[in-house]
Amino acid sequence: MQLDVRLPIGLMFSLFGAMLAVYGFVQGAAVRHRLFGANLNLAWGLVMLAFGVVMLVFALRARGKNDGRGPAS
Amino acid sequence: MPHSLTLTGIDYAILVIYFLFVLGIGYVLKRSVSGSKDFFESGRSLPAWICALGFIGANLGAQEVMGMAASGAKYGIMTSHFYWVGAIPAMVFVAIFMMPFYYGSKARSVPEYLKLRFDEKTRGFNALTFATMTVMSSGISMYALATLLNAILGWNFDGCIIVSGLIVLAYIFMGGLTSAIYNEVLQFFLIVFGFLPLVLLGLKDVGGWSGLMAKLSPVATKAGFDAGAFSHSWANTGSANANPMGIEWFGLAMGLGFVLSFGYWCTDFLVVQRAMAAKDMGAARRTPILAAVPKMLFPALVILPGMIAIALHAAGGDFQLPAKNGGLNYDMVVPTMLAHYFPAGMLGLGLTALMASFMSGMAGNVTAFNTVWTYDLYQGYIKKDGTDAHYLAVGRWTTVVGILLSMGAAYFAAKFNNIMDVLQLVFAFVNAPLFATFLLGMFWKRTTGHGAFFGLISGTVAAAIHHGLVISKGVETGMKGGWLSVVHTYPSEMAQNFWTAIWAWSVCFVATIAISLATRRKKTDEELTGLVYSLTPKIKEHDIAWWKKPAVLGIIVLAASFGLNLLFW
Repeated sequence: MQLDVRLPIGLMFSLFGAMLAVYGFVQGAAVRHRLFGANLNLAWGLVMLAFGVVMLVFALRARGKNDGRGPAS
Repeated sequence: MPHSLTLTGIDYAILVIYFLFVLGIGYVLKRSVSGSKDFFESGRSLPAWICALGFIGANLGAQEVMGMAASGAKYGIMTSHFYWVGAIPAMVFVAIFMMPFYYGSKARSVPEYLKLRFDEKTRGFNALTFATMTVMSSGISMYALATLLNAILGWNFDGCIIVSGLIVLAYIFMGGLTSAIYNEVLQFFLIVFGFLPLVLLGLKDVGGWSGLMAKLSPVATKAGFDAGAFSHSWANTGSANANPMGIEWFGLAMGLGFVLSFGYWCTDFLVVQRAMAAKDMGAARRTPILAAVPKMLFPALVILPGMIAIALHAAGGDFQLPAKNGGLNYDMVVPTMLAHYFPAGMLGLGLTALMASFMSGMAGNVTAFNTVWTYDLYQGYIKKDGTDAHYLAVGRWTTVVGILLSMGAAYFAAKFNNIMDVLQLVFAFVNAPLFATFLLGMFWKRTTGHGAFFGLISGTVAAAIHHGLVISKGVETGMKGGWLSVVHTYPSEMAQNFWTAIWAWSVCFVATIAISLATRRKKTDEELTGLVYSLTPKIKEHDIAWWKKPAVLGIIVLAASFGLNLLFW
């Protein structure tokens, strides 16, 4: 069985997303973006975390269904 | 710009984790490499979407991210011609018309197709020039990466070359083409997630699209052009002197849109190899078309930062591009924006994305190099009857040699200024005539081996002679042209390169036809089945859903690209 590429993608982006979100949350105002007052790390970290989780779900579902190679096309 | 970036713990952590994933993918895939077909062709087993992202990821090298941002700052929205004119039509063409011959024939590489279609010498010539070009491109990626890290982080230049080389070497050595493609997919997403927030922040800072357009007007007028010269792609191409790129519409459409673009996307084994790794003909043909969708949107990710940077710089705020040799250092657009907009954490992500883009460019070239060397040069001329295990071993060790040669090329590249121009020059000499050979080879069965070979040589020589006779405005003669004598001066290097390509292609096209008519065709109709359009049974698509048909997808993509040209006219 060959590796499903969505597995490492999902793992890496979930990890990066979680790291940035937690970092942004803990640091709070200290690392707020100086231009727009947005907590960039927290916001973008959550976006990446969501992407990573979606990729992981696809990878795990495919693993259950076929030989784990990914979708048909 | 001495060491403008300071990394903190979380930035380093992201970088290190990324490298671990890259190496981990290679390590896990090592188990599935059991023969040379797995190593060089991914066992022809991958689904279209993975091949498509690999196809586009391999192209997302140094010239793409740093070069396109630099061009965005130098030429404005006209840079998008490299996408909507210089990529999409050719990507659709290779998918619909050429992939059936690449994937459907027994060829394992583009040079091998030339052997089957024409003869040994044509293959040998293409394999040698291509191998040289891949090593050069890979070296340019490495050089750009090391220069950048040295400039912004103060890291050691030689150290960067060695470490980046070793990482790429390790994951290709272990997992072969599949490992390279998987990492290209990972890098593709990393680049999107790393650069998208940069574009969004920059755009907000500059006052949105309308703010950007307003701030680009004085940039254009100060440079002596119409106010809209930086914000229109075609409007100012009536004369070469009226736009910052220094090229008129014909040279642009013919040189970039036809010759260079088709030469690259349709014959360059670096990208074609990704499509040939697909699991079946349908997937192979869908690969370039699916890849065209993100390609069409990339100007927003790679050109827009350059336009934003020059607009902000000209507006005189706290964002300033660094100077270089009396002008601006356009290559520093992306790093300067990263330093300006990203806090710790995001900075690590952006920097990792930048490194990923260099490494994917490098890896794409190295996998193409090891395949062409092993199949076309080693198996073709040195040892014809080795075992499969032998060729697998040769492929692995060729990867080592390819990396070493790239390192040499990196130091060579240090002599040149603009990465993009060097690449265009190399493509002009080697790739531009090549598309004439393929076009005639695939669609005119009368084309002979002698015609193809001597046509190619004529085209390449024509490129060199043209380059030797012309120069671009304000440039010293030498490596940049005019080394024979200066009979014509182009308004820009871009125009010079496009016209070199046009000459090369035209000479090759005419010479190939003339020589073919004067020589006898040695291959029988039977031998050419599957290699030439008129002698190959048409592909039946009755059982394929309409939305999976390459022609339907191709038309949709072309229409969208046409729309973008109109929108930013």
